[in-house]
Amino acid sequence: MAAVGLGHYLAVAAILLVLGVFGIFLNRKNVIIIMMSIELILLSVNLNLVAFSAALGDLVGQVFAMFVLTVAAAEAAIGLAIVLTYFRNRGSIEVEDVNLMKG
Amino acid sequence: MIADIAFYIFAAVLLISAAMVVSARNPVHSVLFLILAFFNAAGLFLLAGAEFLAMILVIVYVGAVAVLFLFVVMMLDVNFARLREGFQRYAPVGATVGVVLLAELALVLGGWKFAPEAATLRLAPRPDQVQNTAALGALLYTRYILLFQMAGLVLLVAMVGAIVLSLRDRHDARRQDINRQQSRRVADTLELVRAPLGAGIASLGIYRPITAPAAADGQAPPGSDNPEVHAPAPPAEVH
Amino acid sequence: MIYAVAVLAPLAGSIIAGLLGRAIGDRASQAVTILCMILAAICGVTAWVQHIWLGAPDGVVTLGSWMEAGSLHLDWALRYDTLAATMVAMVTFIATLIHIYSVGYMSHEPTPTSRFFSYLSLFSFAMLMLVSANNLVQLFFGWEGVGLASYLLIGYWYDKPSANAAAIKAFVVNRVGDLFFAVGIALTFFTFDSVELPTIFASIQQHANDTYALFGVHHAYELIGVLLFIGAMGKSAQIGLHVWLPDAMEGPTPVSALIHAATMVTAGVFLMARMSPIMSMAPGALAFVTVIGGTTALFAATIGCVQNDIKRVIAYSTCSQLGYMFVAAGVGAYQVSIFHLITHAFFKALLFLAAGSVIHAMSGEQDMRKMGGIWRSVPITYAVMWIGSLALAGIIPFAGYYSKDAILEASYAAGSATGDYGYACGLLAAFLTAFYSWRVLLLTFHGTPRADHHTMEHVHESPAVMTGPLIVLAIGATVAGFALRPYFIGDYWHAYWNNSITNGANNHVLERMEDLPGLVGYAPLITGVLGIGLAYVMYVLRPELPSLLADRFAPIYRLLLNKWYFDELYDMVLVQPYRRLARALWQVGDATIIDGVPNGLAELTVDSSAQVVRVQTGSIAVYAFTMLIGLVLLVSIFLVFR
Repeated sequence: MAAVGLGHYLAVAAILLVLGVFGIFLNRKNVIIIMMSIELILLSVNLNLVAFSAALGDLVGQVFAMFVLTVAAAEAAIGLAIVLTYFRNRGSIEVEDVNLMKG
Repeated sequence: MIADIAFYIFAAVLLISAAMVVSARNPVHSVLFLILAFFNAAGLFLLAGAEFLAMILVIVYVGAVAVLFLFVVMMLDVNFARLREGFQRYAPVGATVGVVLLAELALVLGGWKFAPEAATLRLAPRPDQVQNTAALGALLYTRYILLFQMAGLVLLVAMVGAIVLSLRDRHDARRQDINRQQSRRVADTLELVRAPLGAGIASLGIYRPITAPAAADGQAPPGSDNPEVHAPAPPAEVH
Repeated sequence: MIYAVAVLAPLAGSIIAGLLGRAIGDRASQAVTILCMILAAICGVTAWVQHIWLGAPDGVVTLGSWMEAGSLHLDWALRYDTLAATMVAMVTFIATLIHIYSVGYMSHEPTPTSRFFSYLSLFSFAMLMLVSANNLVQLFFGWEGVGLASYLLIGYWYDKPSANAAAIKAFVVNRVGDLFFAVGIALTFFTFDSVELPTIFASIQQHANDTYALFGVHHAYELIGVLLFIGAMGKSAQIGLHVWLPDAMEGPTPVSALIHAATMVTAGVFLMARMSPIMSMAPGALAFVTVIGGTTALFAATIGCVQNDIKRVIAYSTCSQLGYMFVAAGVGAYQVSIFHLITHAFFKALLFLAAGSVIHAMSGEQDMRKMGGIWRSVPITYAVMWIGSLALAGIIPFAGYYSKDAILEASYAAGSATGDYGYACGLLAAFLTAFYSWRVLLLTFHGTPRADHHTMEHVHESPAVMTGPLIVLAIGATVAGFALRPYFIGDYWHAYWNNSITNGANNHVLERMEDLPGLVGYAPLITGVLGIGLAYVMYVLRPELPSLLADRFAPIYRLLLNKWYFDELYDMVLVQPYRRLARALWQVGDATIIDGVPNGLAELTVDSSAQVVRVQTGSIAVYAFTMLIGLVLLVSIFLVFR
């Protein structure tokens, strides 16, 4: 195989993204899996940013990745708090049972 | 050479564990696989030269976020999951969508090249002879200080929000109400009584505890001996 | 100046009584209106005397500017010539008498009567505007004003549904005529480029050969004449548009006397005389006028013979006499028609007011079959009713003799086929007129009383405020004929009218009238006496005869009793289809189609939103799914259509 270059990193990130997307809508078991799939997507984005930062020699990519990390952590915390509250009220986190907002 | 092999190993394990996150039956297993995925991603970051970020990934993502996931998964006491037939229903469409997405990404990335002046457009060129962490620090605390502080604020809000959402108020917990304590007046608590010498205040009809015993349930006031009086019947069952 | 006061004083009285009537009370309203009317009468008669005998010249009293629109310049202007002055004098005089009479007639009303007097004065004002107008639009204003006042007064007792229906009927039928009148005014404007009477009259010869093309080419003057006459038909209740007049008797009797005897219904005749310059150049229109007039005279007289309501008989009599006036106008003898108009005003108002007095005496009873035998109890009323009937029947020397005879003589003297038709109808109608007038007299006052004991006890003569005007009118009905004849149609007619009425260039009817075969002159008198005799026979000598005849000729009797089924015909041909159309437009057009648009839109909105809302499944998985598919689609589109 050729030397590992930018393209390889990007390919990995792409497949990771697609796996995260799969996870979101193939999931029927519980909502937390969805949250984890979102984390996977964010991870793939970070990977992309870091890869480009390395290729271009630009540090801003890493700075951005750090902020993405921060926001991902915050979002995971709030999301899990919401799931927790919902579970306390409804007793279930099956994905298809979460339909109180039905029009 | 070693770097390439390491790359392929890290990449393979990352992708496999990501796939397992999505398809594991036990949610706890999903979380553990997520942790594995994070570790391998950190390894990839290391290979790309972003050591600081790789460590942060391990500390924050694995140490905080993934552990949080684990706590919540275990706290929610979810049953062993059964695969619902919805999986079958959406699989073809989902697979199509995923494949399309992948194809598009490949199209974009395959036909993509750097612009000729890309080298000159770098916002923050990597300085030589400086460690990654130090370089990031020098960048973050000077040019991006505002964003840094705002990220801190975001985290603060998230923290407050998470607490507010998940706090359970226990009604029978005893707490102090400082205001009530401070606004207590003498007249509410103290009463001066002139007691006759040697007789004790019982002769005045003042008993301790302060609330008079209820005569209805037959309980004798403390201090009097009346052997025929029995303890009152236990309160009726309340359903 | 005096002339302007005569026209405007009633308006002042009407406004005060109308707006302040509740505040100042009944007595004060009556006093105000009567004072204003007396003022108007004095001014009106003075203006007339000044013009005729004291040599005041013709003129125009301009009150102010009205419309300035392009080439149309109109002023509020009062025309001061013989015809107008004569009419103003008559209208103010008769209206004043009726105002005074109403004080007594309406004294038993439970509700305040300031409204009544306000309306009466308003009517007087409108009529005065009509007759003194110097341009056709002001005339139309007065025309509509009297129509409005007629509606208000017929429906005065607005709690009676029959009164309301009659008021609407009067207004609507008038409207039909007014439509043609308005078109006539428009055609006049189109032909003469002005609606001012001086301008029109000055340029008569100029436009004599104008034509107007609509469904064929017509002589413009003929068209104008016919259109104006159809307007007059509506207002003067000629056959076809007469259906409102009998129903108008729902109003109080003074209203019938003023409006439907003396003034409003004569507005049509006045219009013909006023527009005589044009009419005399339109022989076809004049022939039409004569035929309609003659037919109406006979037609109304036949119906009057069998009616049982005392006011209705007199109403049909009015209709018939108006037909006479139009016969005269149609043969070009406008002066004769105005003469009959004036005398008719006196004796017809007298008859109506006397009938009102009878109704008052009989405690509200109007059906003659329930009257009888009261002539000793109400002597004044009886006497004046005799005078009025004599005048109506045309017995010498009462007023009607001179004017009615003049009409028949004029129609004979015209020598045309239509004139002869008018003469024949008029003669026959004269016979019937005398017959039904004496029928009324005999049934109401003579014979054994057919009313119940209680009513008969209550029969009493009317108070002075009512009998006073009766006596004044009776004097008028007696002397107006021979006193005014020399001026209106006699030796001094040319000097009197002073070109305010134009006879045609070849029209010498007024002169030819004087020398006719003797029998022609006496024929109306003879037929009148015959009619009286027949009535005497049928209602005094052989009182069982009327019911025998009615049974024997039952179909004819029913035809006459039901007014020749005109109302039923109109109902079937006009009213019912109109109601069906209105119902269809309402339920289908409005409720379904027009309302359907916003309702349908609203329903569409609700339905479509109900459909759209189904997208909100509430299921997170579906939402996430949709988001991702959307994302993929977006990226694809971007890639493909870059």
